[in-house]
Amino acid sequence: MNGLKSKHLLGLEGMTAEEMGVILDTAASFREISERPVKKVPALRGKTIVNLFFEASTRTRASFELAEKRLSADTVNISKSGSSVAKGESLRDTAENLQAMKIDVIVIRHGAAGAPHFLASLLEASVVNAGDGAHEHPTQGLLDIFTLKGRLGDLKGKKVTIIGDIAHSRVARSNIFGLTTLGAEVTVCGPPTMIPPRIEELGVKVEMDLRRAIEDADAVNVLRIQLERQKVNLFPSLDEYAVVYGINRKRVAMMKPDCIIMHPGPINRGVEITQDVADSDRAVILEQVTNGVAVRMAVLYLLCEGVQKEPPPVDAAVEEEKTDSKVT
Amino acid sequence: MPGISQWQGEKEYVIANVVVVDPKKDRVGPGHVGVKKGKIAYVDYGAPYGADVPVFDGDGLHLSPGFVDIHVHLREPGFEYKETIRTGSMAAVSGGFTSIACMPNTDPPIDEKSVVEFILRKAKAAGFAKVYPVAAATKGRKGEALSEYGELVEAGAVAVSDDGAPVSTAQMARRVMEYISKYGVPLIEHCEDLSVTADGVMHEGFYSTKLGLSAVPSYGEEICLARDLLILKTVPAKYHAAHLSSRGSVDIVREAKRRGLPVTAETAPHYIGFTDADLETFDTHLKVNPPICGAEDRDALIEGLKDGTIDCIASDHAPHAPQEKQVEFQEAPSGAVGLETTFSILITHLVKPGHLSLPRALSLITYRPAAVIGIPAGTLDAGAAADLVLFDPSEEWTVTEGGLHSKSKNSPFIGRNLVGKVKHAIVDGEVVTARLEEE
Repeated sequence: MNGLKSKHLLGLEGMTAEEMGVILDTAASFREISERPVKKVPALRGKTIVNLFFEASTRTRASFELAEKRLSADTVNISKSGSSVAKGESLRDTAENLQAMKIDVIVIRHGAAGAPHFLASLLEASVVNAGDGAHEHPTQGLLDIFTLKGRLGDLKGKKVTIIGDIAHSRVARSNIFGLTTLGAEVTVCGPPTMIPPRIEELGVKVEMDLRRAIEDADAVNVLRIQLERQKVNLFPSLDEYAVVYGINRKRVAMMKPDCIIMHPGPINRGVEITQDVADSDRAVILEQVTNGVAVRMAVLYLLCEGVQKEPPPVDAAVEEEKTDSKVT
Repeated sequence: MPGISQWQGEKEYVIANVVVVDPKKDRVGPGHVGVKKGKIAYVDYGAPYGADVPVFDGDGLHLSPGFVDIHVHLREPGFEYKETIRTGSMAAVSGGFTSIACMPNTDPPIDEKSVVEFILRKAKAAGFAKVYPVAAATKGRKGEALSEYGELVEAGAVAVSDDGAPVSTAQMARRVMEYISKYGVPLIEHCEDLSVTADGVMHEGFYSTKLGLSAVPSYGEEICLARDLLILKTVPAKYHAAHLSSRGSVDIVREAKRRGLPVTAETAPHYIGFTDADLETFDTHLKVNPPICGAEDRDALIEGLKDGTIDCIASDHAPHAPQEKQVEFQEAPSGAVGLETTFSILITHLVKPGHLSLPRALSLITYRPAAVIGIPAGTLDAGAAADLVLFDPSEEWTVTEGGLHSKSKNSPFIGRNLVGKVKHAIVDGEVVTARLEEE
């Protein structure tokens, strides 16, 4: 059985190229399901999956929920407001209470790095990280890689540039971990206050000049400038950011003609990316979203398949026949 | 010959068959110790002869002065659910510490004579380790007004500190240093520039970049340390830098000592036993303030311990209840307990690898910290209080939650194999560890 090494998906750091390959191959076969008029397969029928979202989300949340429903799993959505977390219930108690309802998978998005790891150490259920603070967002990394492979083929030696608030970006980290494992050449670019120390030691190039960062790239991943994570003054204004780092038509002209433009969403139109560029055919943003559902279907399917507790019912006679014919 | 664990209250006795370690005289050798009415009567090397008092067998264990820890949080008054003076002083003697100094971030803080008296009373009633209160440097630890040092020192405070936090501003630090110089007690400073450390939860470096956690650069500690030492140049006062964590801080203290400034410094065992790489598991038991730094910093701390830049090791024993630590990393309070593992960390990470000899290592937890707070402890001088510890420097043991006597079990060393075990502790001639199992 081609499974994943761990029963959790906590991050892309440490995931081998082979494991990524398994997930992406599975995603390719699931993508077709979203094109059918009846978008449903029974693969995860009878499985229970809880989406525990402590942070606001449109894309990731809907994407996971649809992935789960299209695989016929039973889903429960819990968000921070409206749950007993508002009454002060701890993360541990929330998760253990849900698990007591005999669930198979928890998909968690949380503002604290390490929250999924914390749950994984406590629970029997599989834990999928849907974004933990600034640490990792592995399914986003996977869908970005899936999109890149679809457009660029083998990623070895391909140049991918990530632009924005790298220091606070879980999308950047997951992309960096996944892409470097696959042999891509990753460059990061952004305001100096947003490039974390010693990031070169993760195997990426740091380029402060935007033109040099994008002119040779095969793909540019534009990060949302994270307004809600700015507690301290890291850059002077959105206008300044748009002027210095914004991906507008002029900057697109600096890129190679077949360089694709990505964005994890949500977009701040007019800040990190302009309206016309986001809507142009150089941008594959909506394609990423479509791929996201397939990638999440693949992840959930592989995790559930991997932790099958009861073996499927086997007719005793058939089993005996098989044993006799086994070569010793 | 009965073993020392069979001591029944004898006021005068000899402990024979021990390897005496005298850190102050830098001497190790087989010998015996005479105790009379709570004091050390004599220390002799070689076998005892013709004693007409009860002789107890030390089982070939090592014997040294009882250990001294000048940075402990006993949490009482106010946070008794984490630790009490009683449980904390039990943990102390279990770890070989017969004298401990407790920090003022209690509720109410130790900024009033009545709180000092309360603590001394409770410690005496518990009857385990001797407890020396550290008074708050400023009223309420708010950093706005000086505490009443005269009253507090008279009541029994041995130092002042706003630990948990630095003294708020340079100007306030100056006033504190000016005022304490009259009383002969040191300022123990928790060096931290709060504007720099802000919401950081780990050391800023490669690992914080990898883990995406808000981080604190080393200069968060160094800026405050440098600020204080610049003031110390012109203000005659005793200054002790608490829990140094970084290479930069060691360099600053080394230079200050070279220039003759009256500065002493300590570090804590977790800065020796771990580096920031260990935080990859998001284990909240490794969340401490100041944060654990990188390998270069740990190596610099060891160098500082070897060359005398760092005078002592203090545990910064900081108990937190399990429900407080079993949360998301960024939400957890900072701190680790350490009274019961500090000695073993010394042996495992400093003596065994050959960085320090046994007497030199023990000097870090005996007479040198005692000198910082001016208490008569940590020596084997005749006439000194009979505060002794018997230990096996080669016994291997695994740290477990159940084996800890402190009320809270937030030790980052749980599950680790350590070398060096304290077997008995004696305070004023009484074998107090014998009572530990009765509790």
